[in-house]
Amino acid sequence: MKLALPFTFRWTPPIRDRIGDWIFPPRGPEAGPVVLGQRRVYILPTRGGLGFGVTLLLMLIGSINYNLSLGFILTFLLVGTGVVSMLHTWRNLAHVALLPGKSQPVFAGDLAHFQIRVRNPGRVPRTSLAIQLKDRNAVYFDIAADSESLVIAGLPATRRGLLSPGRFRIFTTYPLGLFYAWANVDLELSCLVYPKPEPGNVPLPPAQATSGEGNATGTGEDDFAGLRTYHPGDSPRRIAWKAAARSDTFLTKQFSGSAAAQLWLDYDDIPDTLGAETKLSRLARWVIESEAAGLRFGLRLPQQELAPEAGAAQRDRCLQALALFQLVRKK
Amino acid sequence: MNAAATLTPLNLAAILISLALVGAPHASHLPAWIPVFAGLVLIARFYLGYRRKPMPNRWLLLTVAFICVAGVAFSYRTLYGRDVGVALLTVMAALKLMEMSAARDTMVVVLLAYFLVITNFFYSQTIPTALYMLLVVWIITATMIGLQHQAARARPVGMLRQSALLIVQSVPVMLVLFLLFPRVQGPLWGLPQINVASKSGLSDTMSPGDVSVLSLSDEVAFRVQFENPPEKPSQLYWRGPVLTEFDGQTWHPGLSLTLNSLEFEALGPPLRYAVTLEPHDRRWLFAIDMPTAVPPGGFMTSDFQMRSRRLVRERIRYEMESVPQYRIGLNERFSELNSARRMPAKVAPRARALAESWTQQSADPQEIIRLALGMFREQPFIYTLAPPPLGDDPVDEFLFTTRSGFCEHYASSFAFLMRAAGIPARVVTGYLGGEINPVDGYLVVRQSEAHAWTEVWLSGEGWVRIDPTAAVSPLRVESGLAAAVPESERNPLLGSDRFEWLRQARFAWDAVANSWNQWVLGYNPERQTQFLSQIGLEQATWQNMVIMLMVASGIIMLLLACTLFLRLVRQRREPVQRLYQKFCDAMASRGAPRRPSEGPRDFAARVSLQFPELRERAQAVSALYVALRYGGRNGDAGLLRELRDAVRSFG
Repeated sequence: MKLALPFTFRWTPPIRDRIGDWIFPPRGPEAGPVVLGQRRVYILPTRGGLGFGVTLLLMLIGSINYNLSLGFILTFLLVGTGVVSMLHTWRNLAHVALLPGKSQPVFAGDLAHFQIRVRNPGRVPRTSLAIQLKDRNAVYFDIAADSESLVIAGLPATRRGLLSPGRFRIFTTYPLGLFYAWANVDLELSCLVYPKPEPGNVPLPPAQATSGEGNATGTGEDDFAGLRTYHPGDSPRRIAWKAAARSDTFLTKQFSGSAAAQLWLDYDDIPDTLGAETKLSRLARWVIESEAAGLRFGLRLPQQELAPEAGAAQRDRCLQALALFQLVRKK
Repeated sequence: MNAAATLTPLNLAAILISLALVGAPHASHLPAWIPVFAGLVLIARFYLGYRRKPMPNRWLLLTVAFICVAGVAFSYRTLYGRDVGVALLTVMAALKLMEMSAARDTMVVVLLAYFLVITNFFYSQTIPTALYMLLVVWIITATMIGLQHQAARARPVGMLRQSALLIVQSVPVMLVLFLLFPRVQGPLWGLPQINVASKSGLSDTMSPGDVSVLSLSDEVAFRVQFENPPEKPSQLYWRGPVLTEFDGQTWHPGLSLTLNSLEFEALGPPLRYAVTLEPHDRRWLFAIDMPTAVPPGGFMTSDFQMRSRRLVRERIRYEMESVPQYRIGLNERFSELNSARRMPAKVAPRARALAESWTQQSADPQEIIRLALGMFREQPFIYTLAPPPLGDDPVDEFLFTTRSGFCEHYASSFAFLMRAAGIPARVVTGYLGGEINPVDGYLVVRQSEAHAWTEVWLSGEGWVRIDPTAAVSPLRVESGLAAAVPESERNPLLGSDRFEWLRQARFAWDAVANSWNQWVLGYNPERQTQFLSQIGLEQATWQNMVIMLMVASGIIMLLLACTLFLRLVRQRREPVQRLYQKFCDAMASRGAPRRPSEGPRDFAARVSLQFPELRERAQAVSALYVALRYGGRNGDAGLLRELRDAVRSFG
């Protein structure tokens, strides 16, 4: 099951990629490891390489005209160096294996970071490989012999949803910069993009007291009630940093409210005139604020409901639901 | 490509060092301001880069570039020609540095550096130059490698090692291309200027003292490779300029015509050999007296001088055949004989009187020649490298006063005496003898072997070679110059026994230099054809060469690719891992491949569930593997043997 994303990049791949696509049509994302075998690594001269060729041609003509035997030797030695460097450039990329890594969710408008693990199985260290996502700056890295490098490449997340970099390029021009060897790889990489929280003054909707008896000891945020040991998921804002500095353990501040309020963040409570995306943005803002306030909150979306709870895990669940809300599902 | 990347100090330094090294040899022949300017620019560029200061303004650079071009035009009085090109290239390479900030610019500078290497070969192609330039290419290539290090900082040692690796691996391609790339005889356009430094050598005039000056020069005139060795050194009269006109002081060449055919009678077996002539900026081609045919590009004059159609401005090699004993010029033209009898008036009255006295004794020219040679032999004439200077009438002064001289004194006065006696005579200059280099068997003829002798024309005999020096100093002809002159006059390199080791070293070096000349510098279309026929390719057309070239370089590339890629896939696995991998493969073939995320214990547990019958053995393998790999028992030979046996049981 894959999600088609509701956005496209205005980005045309370089001619090299288009030729590559024509020769070896894209095969869709692969789970990895993707091993760059002989057939997947393409190579062409760089502009510098063409300049080198022209220089060698001039040197050859000069050697003939002036009967320079050493000129011939130099020219032919450099021809050899060029050809050998082609083999080296190709070898620098061939047979590395790529594996998808994890990526942390981001908000729309931020930079999504994709982790790609690149493994070098052989005894030859790889130098100055680069991964380039779309038209972003390439990320350069080395891999020692028989080891692995973790490459983190960023891509701006413009819209909520699941962001996938699609086909990207891994390339190298090492050792002489005369040739450009590259492979197109489509790894199963994705990054969850939450809706961008709405800016401005957006007050939380009124909390409703839980029906029935009041809970005098329920957690609220009005009055400081004491400290308890930290549990994963507690908001960082509630950690008693001063206390933590004195002891080895983290302590979480507890507050008591007059009544433990429980908040429903409802899609339908927001006027439709704002449009679906703005409504989601507002909900995202509310989710973050509710969690920061330590409230128990639930999320109601059309056809989906998340029961009220407090804590970071609840926040992440809600944001994920917002991120993926009503995205066209395609096979 | 990271175009905006700024240069690291190491990369900047590498580029500047490369350019400094490649430009340094040019300093000797460029106008002095250019090396000074380039050096200052290099220092300034390093300062700017090191301190991260901004590059100079574009307009300032353009102005400086314009001033530099004007300066070059002023220094050379022209903007055309090879030397001007080198000067402009040097200046522009220096200025380009001031514009170099992005990666794209560095590529241009590196390519310029490579191109500057080849310009050095205009001026010198010796072995030391070649070695120096190899060093330069090594450093330029290392610079390129450093520029490609984008992730981690490059280290100089690593750059140099990688560069050396690339260069060594490209040598086979270079050799194949050098030998098989179809050669075209240049020049393609224009007349290349070749610098022939004013070298010592024979000139087309001869005054007393000219040849003896040459005898101090150790320079090689030409080298000879014999097909059949000469019987004795006295056969080796290398015929050069023939001088017929005499003004009392100096001999000049006479008017000579081009011969269409050479009529001669061979009186002995021919000698076959190949001459490699050093450039002397004249037209003579030297051959053993008397050549039977003229090499391509040469012609023969009516006084039997072999000449080249073009000035000999680069080293040439030609195949020759000569007959040391011959009869030639039986039917010499009257005008030729007439000019060989002509004498300046009022010169050398005592010599004329002496010749007349001989004609009264005998009418037979043979007898007169014998009398003249007898005089040289019997009277106290001395053969010396340092003859006393002669005044206005050198013939009389030498014959009757100083009586000590070098070959040109004897040849000159003998020819004069013959003319005075009515016998046609002329002076022939060239070289006599040569030294066999025991290392490579080539005969080396040096300037010190320069010699002058005479030819007289006798009716019924034609032109006969008479060497009056032989009458004075037979050793000069039989054993060479070193044996003929007194010990005190010997040049240390000219064969004094005390410097035997020096002589041997010189032989060795000369042999190396000669092979360099023959096979590296002299590898031209003819040599290429010769080489190809040696390796069995008779039809050396360019098509055949291209086919051979492609086949040979294809094989080289394939071998290189194989060795390079072998190391890429083959892993140096430890035996423990290899054995465990074998076990995993065996399980995979049974339908239970190990998942990448699965540890050995989990895998064994899964295998046990899937194949209960393998349970014990799989657990054993897993336990052994874990113990060896992670349990600190690595290297335990006993455990390893157990693991091997356990894995083997899976087949």
